[in-house]
Amino acid sequence: MSSEPRFQGSGVQLQKELLTDWYRRLAAAPEEGRKVAYLFISGNVGELLQACGMDLVFPEVNALQCGIKKVAGENILEAEDLGYSGDVCGYVKNDIGMMLKGNRMPHGTALPPPDLLVCNYAGCATYLRWFEALAEFWGAEMVVVDVPYLRGTAGPTEQEVDYVERQLHELVAACERVTGQRFDESAYRAAIARTKESEDLWVEVLHSARNRPSPIDAYFEAVFFMAPMYVMRGTEGCLEYYRALHREVMERVRLGHGPVPEEKVRIVMEGPPAWPHFRRFWEMFQDWGAVAVASTYSKVGGVWDLGERHDPADPFRSMARYMLGCYTNRNWAMRSELIEHYLDEYAADALVIHSVKSCRSFSVGQADLRERFIREHEVPTLFVESDLADPRYFAEAQMKNRIDAFFEALEHRRMTAGV
Amino acid sequence: MNRGAPSRRLDGILSAARDEVQDVEFTALRERKRTDPDFHAVGCFPVWVPQEVVHAAGALPVAVWGGGDRIEIERADARVQSFICSISRSTLELGLTDRLDFLDGMLFGSLCDVARNLSGVWARNFPDQYVDYLHYPQNLASPLAPGYLREDLMRLARELGGRFGVVVDDDRLQASIELYEGLRARLRKLADLRSAEPWRLSLEELQVLVRAAGRRDPAEHAAVLDEVLDLLPEREVRRQDGIRVVLEGSFCEQPSLELLRAFDDAHCFVVDADLARGLRFFREPLPPDDDPWRRLVDGFLHHAEASIVRHVAPHERTARLLERIEAADADGVVFCTAKFCEPAFYDFVLHKRALEERKVPFMAVEFEEKMSSFESLRTQAETFVESILFFSEEVVG
Ligand code: SF4
Ligand code: SF4
Repeated sequence: MSSEPRFQGSGVQLQKELLTDWYRRLAAAPEEGRKVAYLFISGNVGELLQACGMDLVFPEVNALQCGIKKVAGENILEAEDLGYSGDVCGYVKNDIGMMLKGNRMPHGTALPPPDLLVCNYAGCATYLRWFEALAEFWGAEMVVVDVPYLRGTAGPTEQEVDYVERQLHELVAACERVTGQRFDESAYRAAIARTKESEDLWVEVLHSARNRPSPIDAYFEAVFFMAPMYVMRGTEGCLEYYRALHREVMERVRLGHGPVPEEKVRIVMEGPPAWPHFRRFWEMFQDWGAVAVASTYSKVGGVWDLGERHDPADPFRSMARYMLGCYTNRNWAMRSELIEHYLDEYAADALVIHSVKSCRSFSVGQADLRERFIREHEVPTLFVESDLADPRYFAEAQMKNRIDAFFEALEHRRMTAGV
Repeated sequence: MNRGAPSRRLDGILSAARDEVQDVEFTALRERKRTDPDFHAVGCFPVWVPQEVVHAAGALPVAVWGGGDRIEIERADARVQSFICSISRSTLELGLTDRLDFLDGMLFGSLCDVARNLSGVWARNFPDQYVDYLHYPQNLASPLAPGYLREDLMRLARELGGRFGVVVDDDRLQASIELYEGLRARLRKLADLRSAEPWRLSLEELQVLVRAAGRRDPAEHAAVLDEVLDLLPEREVRRQDGIRVVLEGSFCEQPSLELLRAFDDAHCFVVDADLARGLRFFREPLPPDDDPWRRLVDGFLHHAEASIVRHVAPHERTARLLERIEAADADGVVFCTAKFCEPAFYDFVLHKRALEERKVPFMAVEFEEKMSSFESLRTQAETFVESILFFSEEVVG
């Protein structure tokens, strides 16, 4: 067997092509007579809307891309000029700022306006406020799929699943009204079958981090790996991507390759990344040979690694279950359990919590997570703060000091413990 | 009775209410818990929690709405990041310092991501309490919404009732609804009275009477309010000139009493407000119904004031604000928003657009519980008043 990687980078290339096609198609939607739905990532119903003949826009993904491409800052200022406070979610402000400037993505594509705003309200209350604003500014219709926030740790009740499932049928009716097209049930089923297969592959990629060294960084890389799963789940392209990614990652396992030259510390990451300073943020961990072996953020689109799958035999009900179980809809105790499970399953040495100002949905309760893992589990835990969209909140020197001090102490502890 | 007696009586009632709502030790309720082993109390975080269900299940619903300016934050600072509203921090402080150990439970209702996550933090820190986050339906266009809410209210009644050894039947719930309806009817009257003659009852006084409703037994407080309603017309007052405004944005975290006083001092009369919205959640009486569950559910769906507690068509909250401005014959709007309160900020932008379009004057202030200087706020309010008076004179001239 060759020790040279054959598939290295093939996922990246394919993803680029898929996304380029995706945006090209989207830009042409109004001209070509296709209706456009805007929706959220967490608990998204992309397959269903596509089977209604709609093209999809994910404002969160746009915000993330604007963050990485360093244009979120200007968009945010634009929204603040309109009256949005410095203290509201940067994703929302980015989106509104972008809209005010012609709704153009950083790579130039002008996004079509929404024909329907589908607020798949799975957890984050900001989702409601965000689309209420878009409904007002665009003069577009907004529908909500109400997903009850989970209580306890046993997962959703059957009544809750019923409640969501039945709303999905109502959503189909709303889409049919907007598009004037019939919902294509067999296309939906076929898409869900592809989704399931993609989920299986994606979970294997995530699980590959159990290896030592881990072949992937389950945070800094996974946030890119997850993109097709979130944006174009259920499509042929998406499935093709996960086949390619899977091949690439399994090859890394075979060759013993990982995201850093030498894996020294295995960490679990909680919280979204600092998109506007992504590279710098990652380097601060790479410098210490730290590899994320699991992360909660890579599950915002779905927590499939716990076994949940879309099911072509029951495409509506499994969709409802999926929506109820997504990360933003999990309460503190469930989040805490998940992190505990990750620390254990992936044999991690430490927990890193990145608290972002924009996202209260993630950040409120993180201090209690920190306290729990330090006190009750004696897991070294680092807590750092910045933002996921607004570049103003990234204090680089301070961030670096904290990260360095943490890993230094960890290293020292290991030396004295003789590990 | 001599001429000063009604006035003194009124002052006594008001100062008792003021002391009670500002008492971060919850002395009266603790005392009651100490002396009556059958007394149960369940804390309710703003905005709205169905008090009737809690009451019917055998507990007093107690508004736990932060510590205002009466509490030092020592322990909660480390738990709640600096960019989060003060009510979440001070409420947690109340809990962490054992001031809420008389509570049997704590309820949070659909509101915002902060309150939602706080419910989880609460469950972790106070494992002996019954802690629940009530998810209210947000897809009100769906015919499924009433059934969902009904089931969830029944679940709450079962779980709470189970804890207190009570079966919540229709009669019990109906009786509790009547009690709270009675309380709300009086609060509405009081607000109307203030709106008609703002100088007769100050905003601060109205606020303490409303907030006391969140701490007291509903029948007892209704009796107190009856007395207030009797005494107020006899109060010796002087008519004052000023402007009439609707105050918006204080539905959850409450501004301090001192802050509210600043508006009256500036003759900026708040004649309609979303202050303490949860205790005045229904904008009109709940129509009678033999089925008390349906009565509450319909109340939520059709008779509740527009607020972020439930998602309605995007225009509706703004439309309601405009209606309220009209109904209150208001000259303008004061946005009085808790610092870091994200939902209020979202509303602000949409409301602001509508006001600008209609040329309704407005001013905006942000507050924090621990705010201690109100000078600049008073000046801002005075300037606002002057600008409106000057403008209307100009128009008249
Ligand atoms: S608050 Fe967080 S989860 Fe919600 S929209 Fe903003 S970034 Fe996303
Ligand atoms: S003050 Fe605002 S942000 Fe804070 S809990 Fe209340 S509604 Fe939520």
